[in-house]
Amino acid sequence: MRRPARDNPASARGITRRALVLGGAQAGMAGLLVYRMHSLQVDQADDFRLLAEENRINIRLLPPARGMIFDRNGVTLADNEQNYRVVMVREDLGDLDEALRRLAMIVPISPEDLARAKQDLERHSPFVPVTVAERLTWEEISRVAINAPALPGINPEVGLSRRYPLGADFAHIVGYVGPVSDYDLNRIDDQDPLLQIPRFQIGKTGVEDKFERTLRGHAGSKQVEVNAAGRAMRELSRDVGEPGADIQLTIDARLQSYTEARLEGESAAAVVIDVETGDLRAIGNAPSFDPNLFVRGISVADWAALNEDIRRPLAAKAVQGTYPPGSTFKMMTAIAALEAGVLDPEETVRCQGYVEVSGTRFHCWKAGGHGNVTLHESLKQSCDVFYYEVSQRVGIDNIARVARDFGLGTRFDVPMSAIAAGLAPDRAWKQEVRGEDWRIGDTINASIGQGYVLASPLQLAVMTARLATGRAVTPRLVRAIDGAEQPRTGGEPLPYNENFLRRIRQAMFDVSNHQRGTAYGSRIATEEFRMAGKTGTSQVRRITAEEREQGITRNEDLPWERRDHALFVCFAPLEAPRYAVAVVVEHGGGGSTNAAPIARDIMLQALYDGPPPLTAYPSNLRPQIEIQQQRIRDRVPPGSTSSSRA
Amino acid sequence: MSYLEYNTKFVPTGLRKVLYLNWPLVLLLIAVASFGFLMLYSVAGGSSTPWMAPQMKRFGVSLVVMFAVAMVPIWFWRNMAVLTYGFCLALLIGVEFFGSVGMGAQRWIDLGFIQLQPSEMMKIALVMVLAAYYDWLPVDRVSRPQWLVAPLVLIGLPTMLVLIQPDLGTAIMLSLGGGIIMFLAGVHWAYFGTVILGGVGLVATVLESRGTTWQLLHDYQFRRIDTFLDPSSDPLGAGYHITQAKIALGSGGWTGKGFMQGTQSRLNFLPEKQTDFIFTTLAEEFGFVGAATLLALYTLIIAFCIVSALQNKDRFASLVTLGVAATLFLFFAVNMSMVMGLAPVVGVPLPLVSYGGSAMLVLMGAFGLVQSAHVHRQR
Repeated sequence: MRRPARDNPASARGITRRALVLGGAQAGMAGLLVYRMHSLQVDQADDFRLLAEENRINIRLLPPARGMIFDRNGVTLADNEQNYRVVMVREDLGDLDEALRRLAMIVPISPEDLARAKQDLERHSPFVPVTVAERLTWEEISRVAINAPALPGINPEVGLSRRYPLGADFAHIVGYVGPVSDYDLNRIDDQDPLLQIPRFQIGKTGVEDKFERTLRGHAGSKQVEVNAAGRAMRELSRDVGEPGADIQLTIDARLQSYTEARLEGESAAAVVIDVETGDLRAIGNAPSFDPNLFVRGISVADWAALNEDIRRPLAAKAVQGTYPPGSTFKMMTAIAALEAGVLDPEETVRCQGYVEVSGTRFHCWKAGGHGNVTLHESLKQSCDVFYYEVSQRVGIDNIARVARDFGLGTRFDVPMSAIAAGLAPDRAWKQEVRGEDWRIGDTINASIGQGYVLASPLQLAVMTARLATGRAVTPRLVRAIDGAEQPRTGGEPLPYNENFLRRIRQAMFDVSNHQRGTAYGSRIATEEFRMAGKTGTSQVRRITAEEREQGITRNEDLPWERRDHALFVCFAPLEAPRYAVAVVVEHGGGGSTNAAPIARDIMLQALYDGPPPLTAYPSNLRPQIEIQQQRIRDRVPPGSTSSSRA
Repeated sequence: MSYLEYNTKFVPTGLRKVLYLNWPLVLLLIAVASFGFLMLYSVAGGSSTPWMAPQMKRFGVSLVVMFAVAMVPIWFWRNMAVLTYGFCLALLIGVEFFGSVGMGAQRWIDLGFIQLQPSEMMKIALVMVLAAYYDWLPVDRVSRPQWLVAPLVLIGLPTMLVLIQPDLGTAIMLSLGGGIIMFLAGVHWAYFGTVILGGVGLVATVLESRGTTWQLLHDYQFRRIDTFLDPSSDPLGAGYHITQAKIALGSGGWTGKGFMQGTQSRLNFLPEKQTDFIFTTLAEEFGFVGAATLLALYTLIIAFCIVSALQNKDRFASLVTLGVAATLFLFFAVNMSMVMGLAPVVGVPLPLVSYGGSAMLVLMGAFGLVQSAHVHRQR
């Protein structure tokens, strides 16, 4: 429907005028926009460019590779393996439950782990990456990577995780690492940002704990380009930080494994020390456990099993356990008496099976007595009455001083957890701790290593090494850190008469080499390796008078936890000693029958630097030893890499 | 009619109309849309999906719609103005009751095959109905108060409906667009002076209402005003958009970081990078040169419209042409001001560049009116 235009020239002029005004206003606005553009993009460009860089570059902490741990020959005791894991960042997740549900659909996660992950995520700041699943296979991690667009805030990562190739054999020495806990953060005053990484592995026990700072290294950082959701798009630069230092121990892995194998089945500890240098060659603890379980996060069931075992697999008995040293302490009493001049080396004491002191009867282990015994015989046959007699002459304070000089009652600086100090008691100690006077009966008990006296297997080994050399041998566990040899300490001569020490050594030699010695059954046949030793049997119960009259109950007939501890200390060879060994078998019965054979086998293994030939054993033992060696050869320690592969 | 008269009143018919289209304007529109395609390709990380390919298809459809509208004589559209306005108003009321909820606001009506945004259509319908009104109204009555009531109601109704959706951006666009038509039609200066003063008073009242029982705006709208005035007050919250947009823009520099090299937008620091904030990507990747070029293209479109309108003796045609140009101007000026921190963040897309079919279709339809006015003008 067309009609002529209604415009008259005047109104057309009006529109033209208004249109030009509007056009002018629009041009002005466009000019303003250009001006603004110019000021932002040209005048302030540098400032904004800087902001843009900060915006997209995110600095991430790069955990350093933890230092490795080797034995004295370079055998790997602890290393790091690649660990594919899934990391979540809560602020990018959206709905937490939904995200976890989706993740659980593509990778296997136990409900227990899911609950823990949820807890971790809720506890930490929303931007902190939390490890949700670890030790995934390549297929599983690929599935996460492929589905990344559907899983915001969920990132696949590759990290390092600790591995202990020899498993249980070094569980107590090396210790283990585990995820850092609140308890750890309170325990250690450490501002290292690495500790703020959830599930960051730190040393919990053993060398891993004592050398935590050395092994951990320093955090590196990487600059990653991230998008607004925090997802890393690409890496821009990387500062690898400083990996942890490698630590070389003095332990000989082969000897250590042998020791663990030999102790297997017992609740026992053994320590092998180089008497020249103080280097600890083996520290056996049985039973042991697989440290790899702790790295992965131990299950409740496994933890309960370890914790409730009455043989205490988690305890490093060799350094933490303290036992009455029993007859292995007699050397201390003897040296104290000789040094004090109250005992002539050739003097005889009559043993009639007991002595009576202020109305109490103290029995010798041999009911009928040993008859007239010299110092030499008293050690060889382990006569108790002899020491009851001489200890009254010398007094407890002298005995305690000697014991301390030989390393008892001393907490050695060995980087393992909860090193025990033991106890070399004296009058002052009892007054202070017990508030009681020292009684003569206490001295008599102490003279044969009973009563208040307590020593750890490590201390017994050190004592034996000091007896063997006459020098203040001090144990050393760490040989080198990052290739730098660690200094030895101690080794200065002890202020004791060498002639007296030689007599003691000779007597100890006869203990295991004279037909009437208590450890003759555990002698070494090889002439040049023959050892000197001392048996010990320490009571964990009191033998009552009635019991003694009815005939003493045999150890085998008692419940396990009431049996005597079996002990044996030795060094070899006699003339140029190389190693000292101390063995404690908890509730093992007699030292001569149960501890001495173990000590002999370990000693031979050390002296031959490998399995000894059968000729090193007395001929009557060889068939039995052959079977035993075969069994140990075929053994695979729990948690070792070869077994976990199977 | 004399031969001479015939010549001066010549109006092309049939397919000959195609030759008389405002072709420079068509080319400018295609150029602007091409900027959009490039940017959508870039923000998708160098991929035609999910944005560029659909956008190209929609632009093709929109071009066809524009040509179709242009072929129809402008006086037909004048006669349709009231009907179109009524239809759009009905739809606007419809979304209040049947509309889907999208992006926190009721804006869409789902007809099954297309999601319609009645508020977009209303922008053009309002221009049409006001142009038709002033075309019908004798010029000497334009400034009389009683003849102001009708246009104010025509503007006020859709504005109120859009405001309760709530869509502040469109409400502002509608009232400004309507006001511009009234201004062009010749309403006396004094009225505009009064309205501007009243507007200042209203803004003061609105700000005053905050926290009281008669609060006039939603909390989020107040927060947007806050962050507009001081983006750094909440850099990771509501001010985030403005701060990030300025960083993206500013880091572009003179010539930009290069096509597909923009870090800010592609790394998702920018919200709605494919829609309202697409200008930041352009400015980041092509720098001041690119951004100014786009602005120049828009300005040229406006200029061609003004020239076309001034050549036109038909009142309705002139007013519609200028009104469409003003609408386009409002779109890009508000959008650019917003991303450059000159205006609060209100959801206004960059015309023909931002991803979205509804707005583009309506705008190209509007340019169809401009073309129709151009083709069917009396020469």
